[in-house]
Amino acid sequence: MKRRDFLKSVSGLAAGTMLPAPGIISSAKADARSESLLVVSEGGPNNLDIHGVGTNVPGYEVSWNCYDRLISHEMKSGPGGVPYYDRDKFKGELAEDMNVGDMSVTFKLKKKAKFHDGTPVTAKDVKWSLDRAVSVGGFPTFQMSAGSLTKPEQFVVVDDHTVRVDFLKKDRLTIPDLAVIVPCVVNSGLVKKNASEKDPWGLEYTKQQTAGSGAYKMTKWTPGTEVIMERNDEWVGGPLPKIKRVIWRMVPQAGNRRAMLERGDADISYELPLRDFQEMKANGKLDVVSLPYTNGIQYIGMNVNKPPFDNPKVRQAMAYAMPYQKIMDAVLFGLGNPMFGASAAKATEVAWPQPHKFNTDMAKAKALLAEAGYANGFETTLSFDLNFAQVNEPLCILVQESLAQLGIKATINKVPGANWRTELTKKELPLFTNVFSGWLDYPEYFFYWCYHGNNSIFNTMSYKSAAMDKFIDGARTAAATGDKAAYDADVKGFVDLAFAEVPRIPLYQPFVNVAMQKNVSGYQYWFHRRLDYRALVKA
Amino acid sequence: MLTMIGKRLMSAIPSLIGVVVVTFLLTRALPGDPATYFAGPSATKEAIDQIRKKLGFDKPLVEQFVRYIGDLAHGDLGTSLTTGQPVATEIRNRLPASAELTLLGLAISISIALPLGVLAATRPGSWIDHLCRVTTTAGVSLPVFFTGLLLVYVFYFRLGWSPAPLGRLDVFYSAPPTVTGFHLIDTLIARDFEAFRSALSQLVLPAGSLAIFSLAPIARMTRASMLAVLASDFVRTARASGLAPSTVIVTYAFRNAMLPVITTLSMVFSFLLGANVLVEKVFAWPGIGSYAVEALIASDFAPVQGFVLTMAVMYVLLNLLIDILYGVIDPRVRLEG
Repeated sequence: MKRRDFLKSVSGLAAGTMLPAPGIISSAKADARSESLLVVSEGGPNNLDIHGVGTNVPGYEVSWNCYDRLISHEMKSGPGGVPYYDRDKFKGELAEDMNVGDMSVTFKLKKKAKFHDGTPVTAKDVKWSLDRAVSVGGFPTFQMSAGSLTKPEQFVVVDDHTVRVDFLKKDRLTIPDLAVIVPCVVNSGLVKKNASEKDPWGLEYTKQQTAGSGAYKMTKWTPGTEVIMERNDEWVGGPLPKIKRVIWRMVPQAGNRRAMLERGDADISYELPLRDFQEMKANGKLDVVSLPYTNGIQYIGMNVNKPPFDNPKVRQAMAYAMPYQKIMDAVLFGLGNPMFGASAAKATEVAWPQPHKFNTDMAKAKALLAEAGYANGFETTLSFDLNFAQVNEPLCILVQESLAQLGIKATINKVPGANWRTELTKKELPLFTNVFSGWLDYPEYFFYWCYHGNNSIFNTMSYKSAAMDKFIDGARTAAATGDKAAYDADVKGFVDLAFAEVPRIPLYQPFVNVAMQKNVSGYQYWFHRRLDYRALVKA
Repeated sequence: MLTMIGKRLMSAIPSLIGVVVVTFLLTRALPGDPATYFAGPSATKEAIDQIRKKLGFDKPLVEQFVRYIGDLAHGDLGTSLTTGQPVATEIRNRLPASAELTLLGLAISISIALPLGVLAATRPGSWIDHLCRVTTTAGVSLPVFFTGLLLVYVFYFRLGWSPAPLGRLDVFYSAPPTVTGFHLIDTLIARDFEAFRSALSQLVLPAGSLAIFSLAPIARMTRASMLAVLASDFVRTARASGLAPSTVIVTYAFRNAMLPVITTLSMVFSFLLGANVLVEKVFAWPGIGSYAVEALIASDFAPVQGFVLTMAVMYVLLNLLIDILYGVIDPRVRLEG
């Protein structure tokens, strides 16, 4: 036997066992295919309940689609005509009527609303769920407090179908905070039955089951492998979704996810390398949607408590030394909004994010460094989160190269994802890149977390300034009382100050990218950046 | 025989205790802080402390260890934070997936490597010897994830012969009722031939990549060991006595050449079980390798400890099995034992 014949016969054998799939699929399965949406992504949920301990971001997607909230947002037309959630317009989901008073808001529930197990949704369930969100601790409680929702006493059952939420103080963020993922309404009767003394809120039960009234219900979950969700035909929160079944599979290899999309096996995917998105956009076989993160910015942060970055001149020099355009082209492939290089004459807007006026200008950077007494540069470390190495690594290398021209020797420090947050809380990293994005799309919200002197974990620079705090607190008060003139002045004030003192250098506003088959339509952008299956249609 | 097994199992106990202690200490020594990680992107210090308390990481190390040992004694390996499931259940569900893949890969590998090695040894310097050399060198020099990706690219993306690399079954088939945990066997028991076919076609590429990688040690070892045996006196005697060449090679030479091959096999098998992490990643295979790696990245202690412990137990059992096999193949080993 010749070697070639041998190889031929072997590959022939292999081919025999790999008959193309369509040939052996029965018609029932073909129907199932057309009624189901196959989503592929890198990671899956670790918990189906957003109130759970350490629920990850994929878990939010299940919660969003399987639970209802009292209210949700209307859609408006966003960039490129893609539906984009409207920050300022609310619609009822479980509530059919919302009545905002001076120090409280009253919701009337839809009478026909039922949980997946058939029990009606009552005001008691709503109160129990909101109590749960402010009591379990961790992320949900924190998110509720962002809207000044902190005490169970704030949630009052008026009658079976009416709930009142009392305000602790006037806060513009209270109503929007009731429309985020956290204040979801849970089937209190069912969960209480499965709760224990050690676990009074039944978190162990809802970790594995969805106990909501949402448009979808989880029917099968194999952690790390797949989640299957079926449509809830009794849903009253909105028009009945078109997709009957969502099959969400975890495919760790980005290349395989792209191959499955291009061959038409998968319907929709995200979390691919930016280069892949750009190529798929160019070859036009798939629909690729790219939209800016709401209230999100990738930035270079500097620890302002330690030399050399305690000197504003050094920070300004750094801002002139960033290779902005190179990052846009070589790292992002254009998939981001520049946050730099606004023209010098441009007036500060009452908006966030907005570009600053720095541009790459090595001569200016050199002069500023010399003024600060660092004419020969200095040594520092530049840290990034390895979980987002695809963007962070090339970005940091470009920054490193650029800084080297000023004599600044930046050693790159790759921090494993599990450590990143620990490192950030310590607030000792001298120089780093990171992203912050707020669910609530208000400038003062972003600044409160990132620049305020109360030094939250996101004020990664440990920046403290009495003037800044005054602007931020002023804007929050002005927003609550509706004093537009004061609000505008304060927002402009804190934006100007942030750009003058540059404790962090905004680079760009990242995009969320989603690739889908041409026959899939109805994608909507939400502040949480996960998929909303309810609006999707598969032709 | 039974005393031997008993003795071997007893002697494994100290090493298992060592494994338990070392993995516990090592996972605690990892630099990551699980509480901060699982507190989520927007947690405050208080939120992180609350979570740390809930997870029991605020207690002294000794207390954590005592609690861990207590749980272990009840067969409780703890709960994974990344998948939210008890580790014991996860390992029970995932081990068959890894084992099925590894065993099939090994079976393919053996069925090619053994004949290839034997033929190469009987005709040194011939074309088949060169073929053996070329395939083994090529197989071992290609990293296993690369072979995997290449196979996916060619057979799935380009040719479309193979199904999407989506784990153990096509999306639209449901898994057969679990009897052995091996889909190939369970689908046959359930008489679901369509699902059997789907499971098999999902297995071909990943098992193939594992087989290509493990060809080399088996084929080379078979060849070397056969060459040594074929040169020995008793083979010459057998040939001189006029026995048919097939009898000489299969009955006399091959059996004697098997001992080092079995040793290699055990090494290859345990190596594959650990090393198929990469194959599991490429083919979205729900096995224990990818499970352990994901847990490690998230500094999720319980699954890492559970994984190492399971692997240690499996190594102990595997070594025992190999020793018993030695005895079956070569009676002299039994006497010495």
